[in-house]
Amino acid sequence: MGDKLFSILVHLSVLVIALVFFAIVGDVAIKGFTAIQWDFIFTEPSRSGREGGVGPILVSTFLLLGICLSIVISLGLGTAIYLNEFTFHKSKFSKIIELSLDILAGVPSIVFGLFGNVLFCKILGLGFSILSGGLTLACMALPLFIRTAQSSLRGIPSEYRSGSKALGFSKATTLIKVTLPVAIPGIIAGLILSIGRAMAETAALIFTSGYVDRMPSSLLDSGRALSVHIYDLSMNISGGDLNAYRSAFLLIIGLLFINFSASTIIKKTLRVEN
Amino acid sequence: MFPLSSENLLVASLKFCAGVCSGIVFLIILFVANEAIPSFTSPGFTAFFTDEAWYPTYNQFNLVPMIIGTLCLASGAVLLSAPLGILSALFCHFYGKGLTLKIYRRIIELLAGVPSVVFGFWGLMVLVPMIAKIAQPGASLLAGVLILFIMILPTMALTADVALEQVPKSLIQGSYALGYTKTRTLLSVVLPSAKSGLAVGFILQVGRALGETMAVLMVTGNVVQIPESVFNPIRALTSNIALEMAYAVDHHRSALFFTGLILILVVLALVLLSHSLQRTADGR
Repeated sequence: MGDKLFSILVHLSVLVIALVFFAIVGDVAIKGFTAIQWDFIFTEPSRSGREGGVGPILVSTFLLLGICLSIVISLGLGTAIYLNEFTFHKSKFSKIIELSLDILAGVPSIVFGLFGNVLFCKILGLGFSILSGGLTLACMALPLFIRTAQSSLRGIPSEYRSGSKALGFSKATTLIKVTLPVAIPGIIAGLILSIGRAMAETAALIFTSGYVDRMPSSLLDSGRALSVHIYDLSMNISGGDLNAYRSAFLLIIGLLFINFSASTIIKKTLRVEN
Repeated sequence: MFPLSSENLLVASLKFCAGVCSGIVFLIILFVANEAIPSFTSPGFTAFFTDEAWYPTYNQFNLVPMIIGTLCLASGAVLLSAPLGILSALFCHFYGKGLTLKIYRRIIELLAGVPSVVFGFWGLMVLVPMIAKIAQPGASLLAGVLILFIMILPTMALTADVALEQVPKSLIQGSYALGYTKTRTLLSVVLPSAKSGLAVGFILQVGRALGETMAVLMVTGNVVQIPESVFNPIRALTSNIALEMAYAVDHHRSALFFTGLILILVVLALVLLSHSLQRTADGR
C-alpha cells in the first residue's frame, strides 16, 4: 500500500515537471512560430523593435559568441590540459585553481556585468562594446568548458599515455598525437555547452555590450544580444510582445539544438569508453 | 614536427593559462570591492541597515527590504524544488525505464538549458496574468518564487540524479534482502546514504537562486518593500543592480557595487561550505 502511494507520488512529480516543460516551451514555440516569417531573421528592427526583424541583433550575438569562444578555447583548453596532464591532482596549485573555478562558476551573472563594466568598459577603455561583452561572457563560460574538457581528458585510459611514453614520445608529442585526438569529442561538447551558456546570458551583457540595436560596424561598437532584445521588448517597449515572442522562439530553438547536440556527443563518447 | 623546441615552454604556457583562469575570480572580487569601498566611509556600513529607506537620490540606502526579498525568493524556490528534484532523481533510478526514462532525462536536460530571460518572459506573459486574477497586481513574490522554482528544478534534479548514482548497489540489495519494501529502501537506505551528495548539490542551487537576476526582475514587480503577503511585489538585490546601474553615480553606484560584493561573498561561503562537505563525505 505504502509502496503504491509513493510510486504514485514519484510519477506525479515527474508528470508535473514534464508538463511545465511543455507549457513553457510550447507556449513560446506556438506563439513565436505562428508569427514568424523568414524576413524576421534578416531585416533591421524598426520603432524600437516593435516592427521589423532582428538581423543586426543576430550579427551582434554571433560576434559576441565568437569573441567569447576564441578566449574560452585558448585559455580553457590550456588550463584543462595543465590540470589533467601536467600536474598532480593533489598539488596545492591545482587545488587552488579548482577551487577558484568552482567559485567562478557560482558568481551571479549580474556581478560579472559589474566586473566587466569596470574592467573592460572603464579601465581598459573599451566602452560599451561587443568586445567588452564577449570578454565578460568568456569569464562566465570558462569554468563550464574547463570542467567538461577536463572530464573528457580524464576519461582517457592511462595505458594510452604509458604506451606513448614507452615508445619514447615526449609529453608534448603524447599530448598532440595521442591524448588530444581521443579527447576531441568531449572538448567539442564542452565548447557547444559554453556557446549555450553564453547565448542564454542577459544580465552580464546589459552593462558591457549595451543596448544599441543597429548593425555593429566594428567590435568596438555597442551591440544588442538576442537575449537582451527579448528583455527590452517585453519590459520596456509597450507593444513589443509579438516580436519578443518571435525572438524568444529563435533563442529557444537555437539553444535546444545546441544542448541536444552537446548531450548527444557526450553520451556517444561515454558509450565508446565503456 | 612539434613547433616548440622545448617542453618547458609548453608547460609554462599551460601554467600561464591556468593562472589566468584562476586569477579571474580574484580580479572580480578585487574590482567589485574597490568600487564598493567608498560606500564604507560614506554613507557608512551601518547605513545600509539603518537608513530610513532606499531613496538613492536622497542618499538613503537601506538594503533590508531587498535582502529580505532576496531571501524569501531563494528559500521559497529551494524549498519547493528540493523535494521535487529528489523525487525526479528517484524516478530516474528506481521507477522509470526504457524509452520513457530516456525521453524524461532529455526533457530535464533541455529544461536546464532554457535561458533565464525566456523563463522571465513566460512568467510575465502567462504566470503574472494568472496570479493577477487571484490578487492584483500579479507581479509578486509568489510569481518570483514560482519562476525561480521552475528554473532551478532541472539542475536540482540533475545533481540529485548524480548523488543517487553514487549509492553502492550492494547497499540497496542488502536492504531488499532484509525484507524492506521498495519505499522503505528508498527512504531509509538510499536517501540517507546519498545525503552529503544531495546537500552539496542543494547548496550550489541556493547560490544560483540568490544570484538570479533576469527572471526575477521580470516577474516580481520591483517595488522596494518588505512583503506582507506572497501577492506583494518585491525587489531583489540583483534586480536592484540591473535596474539602477544605468544611471547610478557616486555613492549610489558604490552602494550597488556593495550589493554585488555581498552576493559574491555569499556565493564564496556557499562554495567553501560545499567543498568541506564534499571532503568530509570523501574522507568517510
